Amino acid sequence: MPRRIDVGRARVSRSTAARAALLVVFALLVLPAAGNARPGTIGGAMATNCQLQVFSWWTGGGEAAGLTKLIGIWNKNNPSCKFKNETVAGGAGTNAKAVLAQRLAANKPPDSFQGHAGAELRDYIKAKQVEPIDFIYKKYGFTKIMPKGLISQITYNGHLYSVPVNIHRANILWYNPKVLKKAKINAAPATWTQFVAALKKAKAAGVIPLALGEQWTQQHLLETVMISTLGPARWTALWTKNGNWSNKGVTLALNRFKTLLSYTNSDAASLTWQDAGKLVADGKAAFNVMGDWQDGYFSGTKAGGNLALKPKVDYGWTAVPGSSGVYDWLSDSFTLPKSAPHRAAAVKWLGFLGGKRAQDTFNPVKGSIPARQDANAKLYGPYLKWALKQWRTDRLAGSLTHGVVAPNAWATDFGTALGLFLQTKDVGKFQSALKTAHDKFT
Amino acid sequence: MRNIRRWGPGLLLVSPSIVLVAVFVYGLIGWNVRVSLSDWRTAVQSSKWAGFAAYRDLNADLAWSENVHHLLGFTVTFIVGALLIGLTLAFLLEKGVRGEGFFRSVYLFPMAISFIAAGVVWRWLMNPAPGDRSTGLNVVFEKLHVGFLANQWYLGLDWGMSAMAMPAIWALSGYVMALYLAGFRGVPEELREAARMDGASEWRVYRHVVFPHLRPVTLSALIILGHISIKVFDLIVAIGGKQLVTQTPAVYMWILIYDARDYAKGAAIATLLLVGISLLIIPYLIYTVRSEQRV
Repeated sequence: MPRRIDVGRARVSRSTAARAALLVVFALLVLPAAGNARPGTIGGAMATNCQLQVFSWWTGGGEAAGLTKLIGIWNKNNPSCKFKNETVAGGAGTNAKAVLAQRLAANKPPDSFQGHAGAELRDYIKAKQVEPIDFIYKKYGFTKIMPKGLISQITYNGHLYSVPVNIHRANILWYNPKVLKKAKINAAPATWTQFVAALKKAKAAGVIPLALGEQWTQQHLLETVMISTLGPARWTALWTKNGNWSNKGVTLALNRFKTLLSYTNSDAASLTWQDAGKLVADGKAAFNVMGDWQDGYFSGTKAGGNLALKPKVDYGWTAVPGSSGVYDWLSDSFTLPKSAPHRAAAVKWLGFLGGKRAQDTFNPVKGSIPARQDANAKLYGPYLKWALKQWRTDRLAGSLTHGVVAPNAWATDFGTALGLFLQTKDVGKFQSALKTAHDKFT
Repeated sequence: MRNIRRWGPGLLLVSPSIVLVAVFVYGLIGWNVRVSLSDWRTAVQSSKWAGFAAYRDLNADLAWSENVHHLLGFTVTFIVGALLIGLTLAFLLEKGVRGEGFFRSVYLFPMAISFIAAGVVWRWLMNPAPGDRSTGLNVVFEKLHVGFLANQWYLGLDWGMSAMAMPAIWALSGYVMALYLAGFRGVPEELREAARMDGASEWRVYRHVVFPHLRPVTLSALIILGHISIKVFDLIVAIGGKQLVTQTPAVYMWILIYDARDYAKGAAIATLLLVGISLLIIPYLIYTVRSEQRV
């Protein structure tokens, strides 16, 4: 047995070689683990490292502008725990929800995250990723000041899990008055028949009749058509165990949707909701169906990336034809994740969000009405004044695309069925796929 | 065991890598397969055995067959395009031109750009807006009086995924060119001279002497491009987002896991992707090992 062995070209003694090998093994096993130790955990640093991490998808239009204002107020009042804006672009949270799911699965939650009030939060509640915040409602008196109908729709198993910041309406038809004049459309359509007649006139005048964007905006359009055709009571019933997706009302709604698609721009799948709205603003399209965050984009400041248009002059609005008196509502709300890194700050953030100052600062810019009922109407632009009045008397229909009536999984199945329909235009297959999705989730 | 002093230290040196690969590659692959065979179809974790239910669901899923069609269209265009363009570029450079180093770098650069960045730019180039709203390549075609070429690019129903392959071809053909250049240079000059002396025209020299030598290169390029193509995700998301019109299996898997929380079905897609790639790579590995053994 040689006393010296060959390690490569060097001749070293056996013991040196063995020691070297052991050292390398030890280093390879231990160093990566040491390198990954999180700075916050070693030493248990306290408020000096405090940063309120808030996760949302508010990256464009009036939403970003409103959020910026809130950040300004928060940072001024909480200099020791500054706001860390963690956003993921993609309208309706189409990308953000996936990124958030990854973070929650990895147990690295933000201090608070945006979620639509309603069924969308059920996944997080069932997976025990959010805390019940009844205590926050008690502490800040939210139960007294927010509408009872809203509170009951966001209560799950007797507990509240999020603070709603706003109420949005999804069933709004935006139009360009100058284009309507050019196409000799005398008034914004109020019924289905008037709508189709107006679209035909717009087409004859050489503009895009109905501007449309990527797939989620098409699902948004479909939901407004269904609500207009079925009415709020039958719409709400669809999402319960006894919901009948095979009935003629649904078939009619799907066929109407198919008709509308024939009046839209061929490149819809390449446009965001802002792009589609801009087509109307620029006079290239007559109509666009979108939620009232479109108002924030139309009338907001240019510095905030918006169009700075004049309401009722450069753009007009009405309820989607057939749904006047129905509020297709959705609500952006914020939660308290389990194991939030800075829980005290997160609780304070939620209290701040539900307060009058935050809601009256954020909502006029965002293009929504506050969830609180004590809004200072003077702060709100023409569209929102109209919306505030409608909210008091309209019947409620929860949005599908924005997480009120169906949890994410069901909405995803709906979206998949819609994607297939967009390719085949087969109403029968679409309807049976929707029925299958209903049976799967109820 | 008597020889342990010879191979012992070597094994010890490699053992951390072996352990890490065993746990984080094969262990996690195994866990993924286990999830795909389980009952975990919602946000609440479940490890009940469910057999091939997720795979059966996938098989019946029309969106899945749509995805597979998209992937096939993308793969065929991508591989054929990248091979042809890479071969052409290598052919042009192989005789040695002035500034060869410069051209090689220029053709290789696209590979260094992330698919997200390339996707965002190509999304603008391939803008499908028609008529007076056209922009990107469509408006270039119109200005050059070839307006009939303007089309819907990645939104086209038949050739949409082939258009989607264009940024991928742009990114990878430089790499294929580098492979082929090495292949060309590996052909001994004596063989070419011998063929010329026997009276072969330059084209026949290529056809009968050089190109046969390139078969192994083509095979490697095919395997590498194939496995990139099967996994394609970031390019699709940058250009078409999550919409079904441009969806591929990797994107559908992402949707299933993070939006629909259908973990078993998503894991089933991941397993199928792995099987697909293995069908490419394992025979190739066997072939290379055998040919090395023969030498």
